[in-house]
Amino acid sequence: MEMPTPDPRILALKSRLVQRLREVLPHDAVIDDETETRVYECDALTAYRCPPLCAVLPASTEEVSAVLKICHQEGVPVVPRGSGTSLAGGALPTADCVILGVARLCDVLETDYDNRFIKVQTGRTNLSVTGAVESDGFFYAPDPSSQLACAIAGNIAMNSGGAHCLKYGVTTNNLLGVKMVMMDGTVVDIGGAHMDAGGYDWLGLICGSEGQLGVVTEATLRILPKPEGARPVLIGYKSAEIAGACVSDIIKAGVLPVAIEYMDRKVLEVVERHAKAGYPDCEALLIVEVEGSPAEIDEQLGLIKQIAAKHDPVELREAKDAAEAGRIWLGRKSAFGAMGQINDYMCLDGTIPVSSLPHVLRRIGELSTEFGLEVGNVFHAGDGNMHPLILFDANKPGDLELCEEMGAEILKLCVEVGGCLTGEHGVGIEKRDLMNVQFAPQDLEAQMRVKDVFDPAWLLNPAKVFPLADTAARRAQPEAAA
Amino acid sequence: MIEPTTERELADAVAGASGPFAIQGGGTRGIGVPVAGERLSLAKLSGISLYEPGALTIVAGAGTPMSEIEAALRSEGQMLPFEPMDHRDLLGTDGTPTIGGVVATNASGPRRLRAGACRDSLIGVRYINGHGAAVKNGGRVMKNVTGYDLVKLMAGSYGTLGVLSEVSFKLLPKPDASGEVTLRDLSLADGISAMAAALGSPYEVSGAAMMPGEGSVVRLRLEGFENSVGYRGAELIKTLKKFGPAEMTMGGDDDWRAIRDVSVFANKSTVWKVSIKASDVPALLESALAPSHAYDAMLDWGGGLVWIGADDSQLAAHSAADAVAGAQALHTDLQTHLARIGGHATLVKGSDDLKVRVPVFQPEVAPLVALATGLRAQFDPRGLFNPGVMG
Repeated sequence: MEMPTPDPRILALKSRLVQRLREVLPHDAVIDDETETRVYECDALTAYRCPPLCAVLPASTEEVSAVLKICHQEGVPVVPRGSGTSLAGGALPTADCVILGVARLCDVLETDYDNRFIKVQTGRTNLSVTGAVESDGFFYAPDPSSQLACAIAGNIAMNSGGAHCLKYGVTTNNLLGVKMVMMDGTVVDIGGAHMDAGGYDWLGLICGSEGQLGVVTEATLRILPKPEGARPVLIGYKSAEIAGACVSDIIKAGVLPVAIEYMDRKVLEVVERHAKAGYPDCEALLIVEVEGSPAEIDEQLGLIKQIAAKHDPVELREAKDAAEAGRIWLGRKSAFGAMGQINDYMCLDGTIPVSSLPHVLRRIGELSTEFGLEVGNVFHAGDGNMHPLILFDANKPGDLELCEEMGAEILKLCVEVGGCLTGEHGVGIEKRDLMNVQFAPQDLEAQMRVKDVFDPAWLLNPAKVFPLADTAARRAQPEAAA
Repeated sequence: MIEPTTERELADAVAGASGPFAIQGGGTRGIGVPVAGERLSLAKLSGISLYEPGALTIVAGAGTPMSEIEAALRSEGQMLPFEPMDHRDLLGTDGTPTIGGVVATNASGPRRLRAGACRDSLIGVRYINGHGAAVKNGGRVMKNVTGYDLVKLMAGSYGTLGVLSEVSFKLLPKPDASGEVTLRDLSLADGISAMAAALGSPYEVSGAAMMPGEGSVVRLRLEGFENSVGYRGAELIKTLKKFGPAEMTMGGDDDWRAIRDVSVFANKSTVWKVSIKASDVPALLESALAPSHAYDAMLDWGGGLVWIGADDSQLAAHSAADAVAGAQALHTDLQTHLARIGGHATLVKGSDDLKVRVPVFQPEVAPLVALATGLRAQFDPRGLFNPGVMG
């Protein structure tokens, strides 16, 4: 993965820049020591590393504004960072950038149950947003797998999803307002506690813009009353085709499960060894969960079981109690960790139309044979968001490159069947150079023009999202800022 | 009038344009200042190009009539989640509402509070930019974070950033049954509290509306399997006990159409749509507006959406004397109050006289005005698309 060559002008600027940053931040909020900046050298896409010029940890919107103003004046790129859990390299630094971490912005500013929102600083972790309201019977719906660690700032930047978004939507559907600092230091409030923000849909544009349009320091988030209860059913099938047909029939029947999760044989074997969840021996496993009162759950699961039975399942197991429900989910929730224990893997995130599921899984199998790399599939089947895990050996020369090459083939396949490169992880650097597969030049140009408006000098996270060749001219104008 | 029949013809018309366009779907939602420009109708860019019930997705030309979309979805027991408003009753327009018009106005009905607005269900667009090139964003899958989300940007941009040619939506299964819990004679504040209690309960209320005033009614809608609706209605009545006796009825398909379409204000000359934090509504209506203005109000979205309607006699009663001046005064007071507390007001219906005197949309803060101007300059450098509608 290519990154831009660091600008010698900026590298030479380091001591002056650090000095200026220390004028507006507490001493310990500016990290310039070369051993300490290593902490920020990568995010969860650990294959790529590069320590930044320095890192800053502002503790208020005012400090964020002051930092951005200085970087804007000096023409220095800024890479915003939430908790660094991006799988796409969204927070990967360049040697000539300032990392702006929001970890010190983690307060809850307001909770309002009558109007059902919570206002937080964006360094707060996803799970602790729910943590702040759950004793009162509410929750924050988007639940990415990394929710224990990931920050709301990163969720907004990547428009994060989660297992339950079939029913509750992703971050953009649950974001009511932001306080955002623009690259020139201007602070702007957008939306608020009311349901629809006015004017153009700024929130929709900012959410998922991967930290390229501004730094969001505060967010007003929609919270929801917790359902009375939830219960999963586990369904095992002899083939991906049959499982896919079952998913489609469940959706057509008018039930809206809160989650439909899928695991294939490879993942099941590994998970079974690791977590001993008691999964059946089968090619394709579905976990379908519904919510409501006990009677409502019975009715919905009754319908789902009827549909599932028509497709001749290998096993159909309903959770009788919380312990059994926990066991059904245990394997799914530990799937990524379990795969990580046996091997290095690369996790893809393409989305496909649900109807193409069997075809795509078959092609992935063929690619796996062709490239000689094993693949496990675990994903959100209800919305077609796949997570093929390609297993490789990081210590074997050439294996990472082979794995990336195979990943690219799978993502091209997703686009070919009418889907997209990334459903919830974001483009970052990982899918940057595949953007031309999904988009025509004028499609990307339209997006880049949005960045031209928000950040004319292209200083915010500039080497991400778009193919480097397409942004070269825009990035090569640091003097424009000064 | 230009009426292209293909996206290509549309693109050519834009590329070769010598002056601005007034863009129109079915012409039923004329919101904003009247546009001086050649009429560009999308009515012929019509038809459903893809409908996959098993994937809950539909793709259609921007000019596709809503009736066609709704009929197709009904045959599979599905629906657009956000219950789009039909503006014809309220605005007294005729013509054929189109799916493109729904997107351009981000039209969303009572179910918005559970299922999100139009922009939340919209998953893909194709549009023609100011240079006459076709641009696509999003697609036909419901989870997609590939690149910037211009899909949402196009929703509710009133045709000012591009001319839509095709739109894609995610869908929901149509509920088996619906029912309604009704409370009567509550004060505005109590009505809003009752709706908040209902929406804060786990019973999945999918509509919460109130007609305040003499004989006020609070309506709470439940949808789902028949047994569920009955169960949740009973539970909801228990939850709301302190607000007085409530009544539960099982309902039909069309029960919420009048609320969705704001039919009750069909004979009002001037109507505003207000987006506000529900608990701020009493202060807005009773303290900020009532002392100096005469109007009626209807609350939807649990109070998060307030429709304010006035006829000319109500408006002329204001000390400013004539109806336009009275409407202007109300408009100004409304937008000023909202600028202070948060929220926004749009003049949805009013005389052209009024629309040229006041900002139809709530004015934004300076940095956002600069961004909006910058976006228009990038997307529509020649100022072809509905110029002046959004500033």
